[in-house]
Amino acid sequence: MNNLLKIALPKGRLGEKVYKMFDAAGFSCPEVLEDTRKLIFENRDKGVCFFWVKPSDVAIYVERGAADIGIAGKDILLEYSPDVFELLDLKVGKCRMAVAGKKGFKDNTENTLRVATKFVNIASDYYRKLGRDIDIIKLNGSIELAPILNLSDVIVDIVETGKTLIENDLEPLETIVPISARLIANRSSYQFKNERINTLLDRLKEQLEA
Amino acid sequence: MNIESRILKNEETVSLNLRDIYRKYGYSCFKMSKFEEYDLYSRNKDFLVSDSVITFNDTNGRLMALKPDVTLSIVKNYKPNGGVQRLYYNENVYRISDKTHQYKEIMQVGLECMGDVDEYNLYEVIGLAAESLNTISERCVLNISHLGILSAILSPVTSQADRAAIIECVSDKNAHGLDEVCERCALTAHSAALLKYLVSAYGDANEVLDGLTSLTDDGNVIAAADQLRKLAAQLAQSYGSCVRVDLSLVSDMNYYNGIVFCGFIEGVPSSVLSGGQYDRLMDKMGKEAKAIGFAVYLDMLERMKEEPPYTVDVLLLYGQDDDKGGVCRRVAELVAEGKCVSAQTEIPDKLYYRAIERFNGGAENE
Repeated sequence: MNNLLKIALPKGRLGEKVYKMFDAAGFSCPEVLEDTRKLIFENRDKGVCFFWVKPSDVAIYVERGAADIGIAGKDILLEYSPDVFELLDLKVGKCRMAVAGKKGFKDNTENTLRVATKFVNIASDYYRKLGRDIDIIKLNGSIELAPILNLSDVIVDIVETGKTLIENDLEPLETIVPISARLIANRSSYQFKNERINTLLDRLKEQLEA
Repeated sequence: MNIESRILKNEETVSLNLRDIYRKYGYSCFKMSKFEEYDLYSRNKDFLVSDSVITFNDTNGRLMALKPDVTLSIVKNYKPNGGVQRLYYNENVYRISDKTHQYKEIMQVGLECMGDVDEYNLYEVIGLAAESLNTISERCVLNISHLGILSAILSPVTSQADRAAIIECVSDKNAHGLDEVCERCALTAHSAALLKYLVSAYGDANEVLDGLTSLTDDGNVIAAADQLRKLAAQLAQSYGSCVRVDLSLVSDMNYYNGIVFCGFIEGVPSSVLSGGQYDRLMDKMGKEAKAIGFAVYLDMLERMKEEPPYTVDVLLLYGQDDDKGGVCRRVAELVAEGKCVSAQTEIPDKLYYRAIERFNGGAENE
């Protein structure tokens, strides 16, 4: 398996969309899209091996060399700063990291701002640059509940359409950074599988420019 | 006493081989204490891979640190004696692992060349870096670059934050991120194109450097490219295609200058060797000398050995009624043949053996 190009795909719609881009680039393994309990899919003719992993784990697989390349959201790269090459913005899975709060929220700068988020590093970094004193509240899900129940003043979270926010009487206040899926590569694999990685990179770039 | 190489762990074998090579090139061993005054690190925090250091108070109340780095201690002890000082070390350092966020003991072997460092010394040290990688595995790559190139292109960028953002994008080969930063910094199209070239420029030295010099007539860039070209040509004579130019390779420019390099071994997920010229560190520490050196991270090599993990060569099975003196003699015979033996009355659960021999029953392989 070591000679194959090992590719970590994020489970879900985004991963399926990206697989189709890989397929069109000639790095195919049709079995990947079949409904099966298999964990690893190989196509020796094309020299590739795919596996599905939790989206937030892709960067770990790539950083530690279990995968040569992978697809990770910019949010994960900013939050965990894995030591990988970030080779291409695939322009899919687009959304934004934003600050959101109750409709009409006004920041009272006399108080410490309570910020609920899954993305502790991104939120801390954003407010550090603004010089704003904050109290970070780390949550693992249902972030939108926090301002409603007065657990926090604002939240920092991924906003795609903003529908969930509106339905809960919340609104986006500031965009921190646009997010999309990125092609990442392990720094060591890039040295030894350089030709194949660059071929894939060039073909994906062609698709994006077409 | 002769020690059989098979009882050594991979990283121990590598360490012994590397020390032998460095000694042959006139490097002498620098042995140091595990502790150093914390002040040395607090003044040079940016030079450290991680700024978290394990500290404690010694019996005199001084704040001490478990050494997180070797180079700073060697530089601190440097005294000019004419010519060039060549030192190598084999030490453990204590750092926070960026993966596990816990303290880790890391075995490092490395060398430092300090003094009137000339072109020959650069060839020698970088050649020894390539030799070190080849000693570990033939499937290796040594990437080289010259910080003078990036430094010249970044000279119009005055904001430290912008410089850091550009350097991060270059180091991550992040061309799309670089576009955004260049636009934000209002960098000229020419400088932006040069930076973008650095991101993707990788491989054969002549190809990469011809591409670079065709894009600019900046004297500093061309001088740095020429130095890199000469170095790559020299290294190619002995190490062929395992030496590549990677212009996205950067190190902290407050400490490093000139040539920087970094080595990889196939199957090891991150770099196992890194180094470069650090004249600026010498200057910051008040030493009037030039310097170049590198470190090999031996902890990265422990998973490389692919042989099955046999505990012994022969499992000698004997019965309770067998002659124990005979068992002793048979064990001694096998040991004299150079085999590792475990004499047991039954097969243990977790013992990995190459062959099994039943006492009195002859030899039988399993």
